[in-house]
Amino acid sequence: MAENSLRAKLRDYLTREVLRDPSYPLGDDDPLISSGLIDSFSLVDVALWVEDNLGVRIDNSELNADTFDTLSELAAYIADRQK
Amino acid sequence: MMIATLPERLLQLTQADPERVCLRFRYADRPEMAQTRYGLMAAILSAAGQLAAAGAARGDLVVIVQQDMRTLVATFFGAAWLGAIPSILPFATEKLDPARYRASMVALLELARPAILATDLLVERGVRALLPGGHKNLPVVATVKPECDGKVDLASISPPGLDPDDIALLQHSSGTTGLQKGVALSHRAIFEQLDAYGQAIGFTADDVIVSWLPLYHDMGLIAGFLMPLLNGACLVMMSPFDWVRTPQMLMHAISDHRGTLCWLPNFAFNFCAQKIRDRDLEGVDLSSIRAIINCSEPVYEASHHMFAERFRPYGVGLDKLAVCYAMAETVFGVSQTPIGLPARIDLVDRASLRGDNIARPVAGGASGVERLVSTGKPIAGMQVCIMDANHRLLPDRHVGEIAVRSPYMLTEYYHRPDATAAAFHEGWYLTGDMGYLADQEVFVLGRKKDLLIVGGRNIYPQDLEALASTVKGVHPGRVAAFGIPNPETGTEDVGLVAEVDSESKAAWQDIRAEIRRAISRGSDVTVRHIWLVPRGWLIKTSSGKVARLANREKILSEYSGISPAMPGLPSPHYEG
Repeated sequence: MAENSLRAKLRDYLTREVLRDPSYPLGDDDPLISSGLIDSFSLVDVALWVEDNLGVRIDNSELNADTFDTLSELAAYIADRQK
Repeated sequence: MMIATLPERLLQLTQADPERVCLRFRYADRPEMAQTRYGLMAAILSAAGQLAAAGAARGDLVVIVQQDMRTLVATFFGAAWLGAIPSILPFATEKLDPARYRASMVALLELARPAILATDLLVERGVRALLPGGHKNLPVVATVKPECDGKVDLASISPPGLDPDDIALLQHSSGTTGLQKGVALSHRAIFEQLDAYGQAIGFTADDVIVSWLPLYHDMGLIAGFLMPLLNGACLVMMSPFDWVRTPQMLMHAISDHRGTLCWLPNFAFNFCAQKIRDRDLEGVDLSSIRAIINCSEPVYEASHHMFAERFRPYGVGLDKLAVCYAMAETVFGVSQTPIGLPARIDLVDRASLRGDNIARPVAGGASGVERLVSTGKPIAGMQVCIMDANHRLLPDRHVGEIAVRSPYMLTEYYHRPDATAAAFHEGWYLTGDMGYLADQEVFVLGRKKDLLIVGGRNIYPQDLEALASTVKGVHPGRVAAFGIPNPETGTEDVGLVAEVDSESKAAWQDIRAEIRRAISRGSDVTVRHIWLVPRGWLIKTSSGKVARLANREKILSEYSGISPAMPGLPSPHYEG
């Protein structure tokens, strides 16, 4: 999947399901975890959704800002694993 | 039970059986570490020595901000060993706004005046950077290192000469408001509570407690920490930060060590049922569990059903899910449902409950039935009554404020004689919770005040409103924050209404995003629903304050359908 469409899918999921505000202007490089935008209770949801919809398994120990903290980083991480 | 002090009890247990394992630390990313009573005592004495070297003495407040679990346990009891008063606070996560953290620290420094701030190697730098430099009450920062190499001669140690009526510890709720009301508990009150609560659940030294609960919260500190360690049982402990990312850790810990008791806030029943995959439960056996006890936020019957359905194949059905009503001011438990039975459900007439504030029993199957979960009978020594707004006693099944009296009450709100006096009426502690009694069982309906309980944590709406008021475009003080029960997550969503001047759609989008950021960075919660409204929209009380619950009802009725996730919203019949 091209990173562009991946980002679009992720943005749609995150604003709709995690932030519950589809109109939220989520930028590619906005910090998600370190800013608290995604709270810790939603991290497992993100991992479950990514696995079910994009076929990439994110290990629990990777659910932190060091692995990905922005939409771009998350998309790159997933694209890399999809190769 | 003979009343002792925390240090006396720990020493007694260690001398009786030094090689017995009392603690098992579980981690998401490395092997478990076991600690014997002897090992724990050595670590406590080492931490006590380090704190004493930093100047801690009897009666001093020692605030503990640490991440490493082993150091935290040793530092807590190390401070107690000196007769100092430990108080565990959450450590600052990276998302937290430094200015906001400093502001809450200032509130704590001015009121509670801690002598020592004990930190650890993991968070030392962050903590130092966040201290309000130059403040006149700045505590000495002591970085406690996990050294316990020195041999300890158990026979030659004698416990410090403390009085059971000394303050043993302080507990705070989170946020700026919570930090200004530290619940001070004596050794005597703690042991009296452990004795009474222990009877209610048939606690013995053979129980194995498994807990991920944070120690800065009463359920984590008392049920999930002091209860096992002061009663000679084994505690299997993990960090809330690991658990929230790896919830199956809890099930594996129970399975590996034949865990018997576990306390969880209601949302965790949903969380475990929804977010653990089958493959992460392979080989797990939960049949050793005596009870998983739902406590510290409103209990949803559906959460128990969800949990039992998911984990019955592993050995936990409805009969193993119990309920407890607890608060820091009584050390912990007020009432408890019997272990081994499903919690009783009271079927009452909804119209009568809302209209007349009376919980009239009705038959199942009738329409307009409210199903309320019992929190059980008061534990030994606990008296519970229901009062109306004028503090007159109400009969059974009449809804009013729950008041309690027991031999295990708080000594005071620390350095707050005003707040302590205001909390009592003729010896009864006014809980601020609304509920009723039926057949001696306590039913809790909600809060009299506007406090939110999110994921088991108390959140003060005024803290969230102050944060939202800092956003440009929002009228300061013209904000209402409140909780919206969400059966899907089993806890409350945070909702917020703010008055703004601008009518531009683009400006609204930015203001909404900014409010979200301000609350994420300045508090422990994430706001779920933000509604922007024009000037003059918010309902105010006669005294000119924003009426939170009235505004909640107004916004939900005007915008019903904006959020699909809020069926079954209780009416605000307990608005005070």
